Amino acid sequence: MFAELLQYMLSGLTIGAIYALAGLGFSIIYNASHVINFAQGEFIMIGGMASATLTASGVPLPLAILIGCGGAMLVGVAVAKFAVERARDASTVTLIIITIGASIFLRGLAELVWGKDFKRLDAFSGETPIQFLGASMQPQSLWVVGCAGVLIVAIGLFFNKTLTGKAMLATSHNRLAAQLVGIDVKRVVLASFALSAALGAVGGAVVAPITFSYTEMGIMLGLKGFTAAVLGGLGHGPGAVAGGLIVGVAEALGAGYISSAYKDAVAFVIILAVLLFMPNGLFGKRGAERV
Amino acid sequence: MRIRLLSTMAAVVGLTLGAVTGAASAADPIKVGAIISATGPASFLGDPEKKVLELYADRVNQAGGVAGRTVQLTVYDDGGAADKAASFTKRLIESDKVDVIVGGTTTAATMAAAPLVERGEVPFISLAGAVVIVEPVKKWVFKTPHTDRMAAEKVMDDLKKRGLTKLALVSEDSGFGKSGREQTLAVAKERGIELVADETYGAKDTDVTAQLTKIRNNAAAQAVLVFGLGQGPAVVTKNYRQLGITLPLYQSHGVASKEYIRLAGGAAEGVRLPAAGLVVASQLADSDPQKKVVVEFTKVYEEAFSSEVSTFAGHAYDGLMIALDAVKRAGGTDKAKLRDAIEQTKGYVGTGGIVTMSAKDHMGLSLDAFHMVEVKQGDWALVK
Amino acid sequence: MNRILHGRLTGLAVLGAIIAVLPVFLTNNFYLDVAILAGFNAVVCVGLNLLIGYAGQISLGHAGFFGIGAYASGVLVGVYGWPPIAALLAGAVFVGVLAFAVAKPILRLKGHYLAMATLGIGIIVSIVLRTESGLTGGPDGMMVEPFKIFGVELYGEKVWYWVVGVLLFVVVWLSLNLIDSPMGRALRAVHGSEVAAEVVGVDTARFKVMVFVLSAVFASVAGSLFAHYAGLITPAKADFFKSIELVTMVVFGGMASTFGAVVGAVVLTLLPQALTVFQDYQQIVLGAILMATMVFMPKGLLPTLAGFLPSRRRA
Repeated sequence: MFAELLQYMLSGLTIGAIYALAGLGFSIIYNASHVINFAQGEFIMIGGMASATLTASGVPLPLAILIGCGGAMLVGVAVAKFAVERARDASTVTLIIITIGASIFLRGLAELVWGKDFKRLDAFSGETPIQFLGASMQPQSLWVVGCAGVLIVAIGLFFNKTLTGKAMLATSHNRLAAQLVGIDVKRVVLASFALSAALGAVGGAVVAPITFSYTEMGIMLGLKGFTAAVLGGLGHGPGAVAGGLIVGVAEALGAGYISSAYKDAVAFVIILAVLLFMPNGLFGKRGAERV
Repeated sequence: MRIRLLSTMAAVVGLTLGAVTGAASAADPIKVGAIISATGPASFLGDPEKKVLELYADRVNQAGGVAGRTVQLTVYDDGGAADKAASFTKRLIESDKVDVIVGGTTTAATMAAAPLVERGEVPFISLAGAVVIVEPVKKWVFKTPHTDRMAAEKVMDDLKKRGLTKLALVSEDSGFGKSGREQTLAVAKERGIELVADETYGAKDTDVTAQLTKIRNNAAAQAVLVFGLGQGPAVVTKNYRQLGITLPLYQSHGVASKEYIRLAGGAAEGVRLPAAGLVVASQLADSDPQKKVVVEFTKVYEEAFSSEVSTFAGHAYDGLMIALDAVKRAGGTDKAKLRDAIEQTKGYVGTGGIVTMSAKDHMGLSLDAFHMVEVKQGDWALVK
Repeated sequence: MNRILHGRLTGLAVLGAIIAVLPVFLTNNFYLDVAILAGFNAVVCVGLNLLIGYAGQISLGHAGFFGIGAYASGVLVGVYGWPPIAALLAGAVFVGVLAFAVAKPILRLKGHYLAMATLGIGIIVSIVLRTESGLTGGPDGMMVEPFKIFGVELYGEKVWYWVVGVLLFVVVWLSLNLIDSPMGRALRAVHGSEVAAEVVGVDTARFKVMVFVLSAVFASVAGSLFAHYAGLITPAKADFFKSIELVTMVVFGGMASTFGAVVGAVVLTLLPQALTVFQDYQQIVLGAILMATMVFMPKGLLPTLAGFLPSRRRA
C-alpha cells in the first residue's frame, strides 16, 4: 500500500519538477511582457532533441546540453525580437496567436531538422533502479529533481540579488516607472525570453532519457507548465513551482488510483476548478486582473 | 493533412522508361495507390513500407514493368489518423482513379478505408495486423501480415512450453491493440492460460509506470504480454525494466523492427515475440522455402536504404507483389478480374510466408511461417 | 445605414452565387469532398469569428464543441437509435449549456482566462472521447450512420454539398444580422473599449456570454452534420490542434470580418490539399502564416485586401 503510494509520489515529483520549470518560464515571460508564451514547450523540445541527437553523433553530454540550451535561448530571443516586440501594443488575442504560431513554426522546423521519429538519450548515470522503501526509482529522476531544484534556487537568487534580476522584477511591477528610472524595458523582455528558454531546454535535456525525445514532446509539457503557472497565480514564481509539483503529483496519483487514461485530464480539471472558484490561482494576489 | 503525393520520382522514372522502351508507351500505367502511416506513432511501421513500395515500383519499371505496362505509384501519408486514411482513400478512388490500393499501415486506417473500397469496388491489400480485417471476409479487402490471433496463439504456446499459466496483459488503446486484446482473451481461454491483469495504455503515452506498478504488485502474474505497435511498446519495455520487473516479457509482431530494439535499448534484452522469418533471414534453415526470398529482399533493402530490414517492409513488398502478380494473371487491370485474381493467389512465396488465398481466407498464411524470436545482444535470435 | 445594408446584401449575394456555381467546376467527388470540408470549417469559423473578432475573446477549445456535436450524433444515433435530428439538437443544447456554465463566471474576469478555460475543456473533451472507447470507439474513432430525415437519407457528396452550402449561407446571414443589431454594435464596443461600453450602460459580460454560447452551438451543429457526412469520426476532430487550426482560419481570413472567416476557412482547407510541395513544410508554413498575419496584417487577409480597394469602405 505505502510502497505503491510512494511509487506514484516519486513519478509525480519527477514530472512535476519539469512542469515547475516550464511554469516558471511562463511566469518570467509573463512578468516581463504580459505575454503568455505558448512556445514554452518548444524550448523544452529543443533541449531534449538537441541533447539526444548531439550525443548520438558523439558530442559529450554536458556540451550537448549547453548547445541545446544556447540554441533555445537564441530561438527565444528571436521570437521575442521578430514577433512579440513588433506586436507590442497588440491585444491579448493577437499576442497569444503569435506565440502559438511560433510554437507551430518551431515544431515544423524541428521536424525538418531532426525528423519525426523518437530519439533515444541514455540515462545520465545508468538505468539500474534504486530501491527505496519498497518503491523503485530511476537514477534519472534524481537528476531531474536535482537539476530543477538547482535552477529554481538560482533563478530566485538572480531575481533578488543581481541588478539585472531586480531590474526585471521592477519592470514587472511597473513598466512605466521602470522605464523612467532608466531600465531598458525591451532588453528586459529579451532577457526574460532567453532565461525561460534556458530553463525549458535544460528541463527537456534531463527529462529526455525518461520520456524519449520527439518533436511533439513539448506540447503537453508546455500546456501542463501553463496550468502550473495559472494554478500558482500567473506571474508568481514560487507559485508556479508549487503549481508544477502539485500538478505532477495529482497526475501520478490520478493515474495510479483513478485511471491511467485520464492522467492528462487531471491538470486541466484542476485548472478549470481553480478558474471557476479561485480565479487568481492558489497564490496570486487579489486584484491581479488588469483592465 | 500532411500529404505525400505520388512518388514523383517513381512516376518520372516509369514514364521515361516507358517512353524509351516503347513497349509500354501505348498502354496506360498500372495505377497503384497506397495509404501509409509514414509519420505519427506508427511511423516505424509506415516509413519502411513507403520506402519499399517506392523502391520496388522503380525496380519493376526498370525491369520492363508488368505485362508491358509500367507501375505508377501514388502514396499518401495518413500520419496514423484513421480519418485521414479515409479521406485519402476517397482521393485515391475518386481523383487518382487507381486500379488497386495497397496499405493501411494500421488496423484503424484499414477499417476506415474498408467501407470506401467496398463501395468503390477497388481491390485493397492491407498491411495491418488485426484479424477483424479479414474475418468476416470482405469482398474487396485482403491483407498480408499474420493476424493478432496468430500472435496470441504463438505466445500462449511458448508460455506453455515454459510451464507458465498466469499472464498479465498490457494492450494499446489503438485498433490493433484492442483487437489484440480481444484475441488474447479468447485464445487464453481456449488454451487454459489465466489472465491475471488487463491494463491498457495510449499509443502516444510516454510513461506507463502507473499501469506497470499495478502489475509489479500483482503476485500472481508469471509473464507479461504487451499488445501494441510502434513506439508505445518501447516505452512499456523501458518502464518495465526501470521498475525492476523481472517476469518474462512478450511483445506482439507489432514491434518486429530493429527500431524497437534501438528505442528500448538494453531494456529489450530477453524480450520474446512472434515474427515473420524475414527478421531472422540468415538463421532460417537452408531447406526453408522462404529462405531465398527473404535473403534476397533483405539484401536489396539494406543496399538501398543502408538500414536494417523490418517485417513491415516485408508486408509492403508482399502486398505490392501479390497485386502485380494478380495483374499478370488477370491480364489487365479490370477491377473485378483483378480482385478475383488476388483471391486466387496460390503458393506465392513472400516475406511473411507462403500465401494461398481463397474465397474464405483473404490472408492465406498459416501459423508455420510465424517464428518465436528473442532479443539477444541487440539482435533477433530464433528461439529453438 | 443604407450603405451597410447594401454591402451586406451584396456580400450575401456573392456568397450565394459562388455556392450555386461552384459545382460546375467540381468535376469529381474528391473535389466536392474538399469543398464540403471547407464549408464545414467555414461554418465553425463564422461563429468563432463572432467571438474573436467582435467580443475580443479567444477560444482554444472550439474543436471540443465540434467534437461534442459530432459524437452526440454518432453515439445517440448509432448506439441508442435516436433520430439524427434529435441527436443533433441534443448535442447543440448540451454544448450551449456547457458553454454558458463555463463562460458565465469566467467572462466576468478579464484577460487570458477564457483562453485557458476553453483550452482545458477542449483537451478534456478529446481525452474523454479517446478513453470511453465502449461508446466512442476510442482513438480510432467510430462509424456514424447516414443522416435520415422524413424517411429521406442524405447520401453522397452531391447531396451534402448543397446541405453544407445552405447551412453556410444561413449561418453567414444570421451572423451579419447579429453584427448589425443593437447587440452587434454593443459587441463592437466591447472589442473597442470595454470601459467605454460599460460607462454607456452596455452589459459587456452578458454579450460576451451570448456570443460565446452561440459560437459554440454553431460548432456543435457543424460537428453533428459533419459526423453524418464523413461516416467516420475520430477524437482528433476535437483536439487542441483542430482548435488551433480553426483559430488560424479566422485570424488569417480576417478578424471581425464574417466573409473573411469564410475566406480563411476555404483557403486553409485547400492549402494543404493543393500545395503538395509543402508536404514537409506544412507546419512551418502554418506557423509562419499565423505569425506573419498577426505582425504584418493584424486585420487579416480580406479586410487588408479590401483596404486596397479605393472606393469601397468596409463598415
